[in-house]
Amino acid sequence: MFYDARISIGILFTLIGTILTAFGLATRTNAAVYAKSLGIDANLWWGLVLLVFGLVVMMLGRRRQMKMEKKRK
Amino acid sequence: MPNLAPADWLILLIYGFFMLTAGFSLKPAMTGTREYMQAGRALPGWLCGFAFVAAGLGLQAPLAMGLLGAKYGFESIPYVTLGAVPAMLFLGLFMMPLYFGSNARTVPEFLALRFDEKTRLLNACLFLISAVTGAALALYTMGRVFKALEVFDGPIRATGLGTWAESVLPIILPAALVLAYVLLGGLAGTAYNLALQFLVFAAGFLPAVLLGLKQIGGWSGLKSAAALAGSTYAQDWNGAGHGKIASLGLAAGLGLMFGACFWCTDFRLLQTAMAAKDVASARRAPLIAAAVWVLMPLLLVFPGLIAAGLPTPRTTIVIHNENGAIYHDITVVPPAVEAGQGLVPAEMDAESGKPLRRADGRNLLDYAQAAPNLLVHFLPIGLLGLGIAALLACMMAGVAAGVAAFSAVFTCDLYQMRFNKSASDRHLLAAGRWTAACGLVLAVGLACASCLLGWKLDTIAILFARINTPLLATMLLGMFWKRTTGHGAFAGLAAGVAATFLPSAILLPFLGLSRLREGWIAALVRSHYQSGLALSFWTALAGFAVSLLVTAVVSVCTKARPEEELEGLVHSLRERPRANATWWKRPEALAGTILLAAIAVNLIFL
Repeated sequence: MFYDARISIGILFTLIGTILTAFGLATRTNAAVYAKSLGIDANLWWGLVLLVFGLVVMMLGRRRQMKMEKKRK
Repeated sequence: MPNLAPADWLILLIYGFFMLTAGFSLKPAMTGTREYMQAGRALPGWLCGFAFVAAGLGLQAPLAMGLLGAKYGFESIPYVTLGAVPAMLFLGLFMMPLYFGSNARTVPEFLALRFDEKTRLLNACLFLISAVTGAALALYTMGRVFKALEVFDGPIRATGLGTWAESVLPIILPAALVLAYVLLGGLAGTAYNLALQFLVFAAGFLPAVLLGLKQIGGWSGLKSAAALAGSTYAQDWNGAGHGKIASLGLAAGLGLMFGACFWCTDFRLLQTAMAAKDVASARRAPLIAAAVWVLMPLLLVFPGLIAAGLPTPRTTIVIHNENGAIYHDITVVPPAVEAGQGLVPAEMDAESGKPLRRADGRNLLDYAQAAPNLLVHFLPIGLLGLGIAALLACMMAGVAAGVAAFSAVFTCDLYQMRFNKSASDRHLLAAGRWTAACGLVLAVGLACASCLLGWKLDTIAILFARINTPLLATMLLGMFWKRTTGHGAFAGLAAGVAATFLPSAILLPFLGLSRLREGWIAALVRSHYQSGLALSFWTALAGFAVSLLVTAVVSVCTKARPEEELEGLVHSLRERPRANATWWKRPEALAGTILLAAIAVNLIFL
């Protein structure tokens, strides 16, 4: 009766991951931003991790949702 | 302190927007009380499991945010895991089939089915108070932490609100968001968001922990940081140190005592598992939660450990000479930070401006700030937004679970049973929504009052968090001994609550918890109970033992219920489905694996 929660979780993490990756790419050369994170471009790397996580979760959710809709038909 | 950049605000806004979306997209499905209060009993097991973890995390917010690592070092790992994991496994294997199979909507309703109406009424009333004070405490912690972090200072200055808004705004804004999605999506919305909140919490804390581990020097650095941790459980227990093993055992014992009562009987947690789609999913939910909890030290203990292990910032003046001009680079650090340890600031006396001291002469540290400070210290612009979202998520989880449970218990167990027995389902749905709103307004009021007027909210909330102790004893007897009667349960519960409350109510204000000044009563109490930790353990144990004893004795003296009425409510009279799965697919095998994993995690840190 409800939608599969993995879809919304996946979309959220894909969005956040995209923003962080883009921001990380844009500020890659700015050492002042990353002085806090020991000189590592944490936005870029963590953004990529979240992006992959979000996409995988979203795919899982989509697959289940489609199966459920097929069953209902 | 942090200045949030537009990138940070964008992430916070997206997070808030997604919480609301869950509410709005579930709104059309909320056609009756079954959908609203039990999520239509249609949630998959994994979702219930994650929601279960998030609710537990959020409800222990004051504790979880204190991040035990800073205070107790590696000793907090047995406290966190060996207490919670066995309790969750026991719940999943033995108690959940009864809770779920009884078709009760709430825990008090289960008491009514197993025992009688008066037991239900007693438990419902106590639960309502504890739900409101618990939610208020989570909100109050949120206000305190965000005030210290100065997160909302920019918007407050821009809108010209006074300083009072610094702690009130971080209470009201998240509360409004919680109210919106609880009203719209009911328990389903709450559970969807709880799962989301757990993942956001992990996504925000993990990068800070990894960066912290790198800075501190990996495993060996972590070990030396753990050696710095100020206290041991044995020391806090009776003032004198004991052997390491004794202290570790004590930590595990304390964890089990407090953990079992919390994880096995608290309706704020159980509501998520009771909304599962079938009994197998309902049993799986606590098992999944336990598996996640085995890894929880990484997010609950490590941040505190690292925060306490980093070098303490000091006010420094660097003089350097450039082209004949002399520059003084002055880094000013507030006195509270300088008197602290690592990133954990000291607690300052508001009057004298000096740090408060513990009995052993060391400065009293404000452990609630350990994790937030770690996030602010390591996360750059962009990720910082996610870190703040993680803090918000952790506390909103507790508030939402509390409000949803408050609404269900009030509507099902008080309103429908006592005031309006013939109410239609639509009427009850409206009542449920109104109750949720009233409960949250009450909690916000309490939290704001504590922030602005300095009420001692934590003392009251901790006191009422203990109502589960006698309940666990009664529940265990009721579930596993079919001779237990309604009169016995009521008497046991009442006696147990009295045994828990009376000593605490009289003594608690005079112990460290409320940080009152030394007085003659405090000295008297200290001579008997060395610490707040020992006192709360002994009162919890007293509540448990008294409840167990009184329930058993009164049950034997009163007339037993016929066995036909207890079908599905007692373990021995439960219909057992034939186990058709191969042995390694059964929940028992899964539970055994998780238990071994938990023990292995503890052995690593021994």
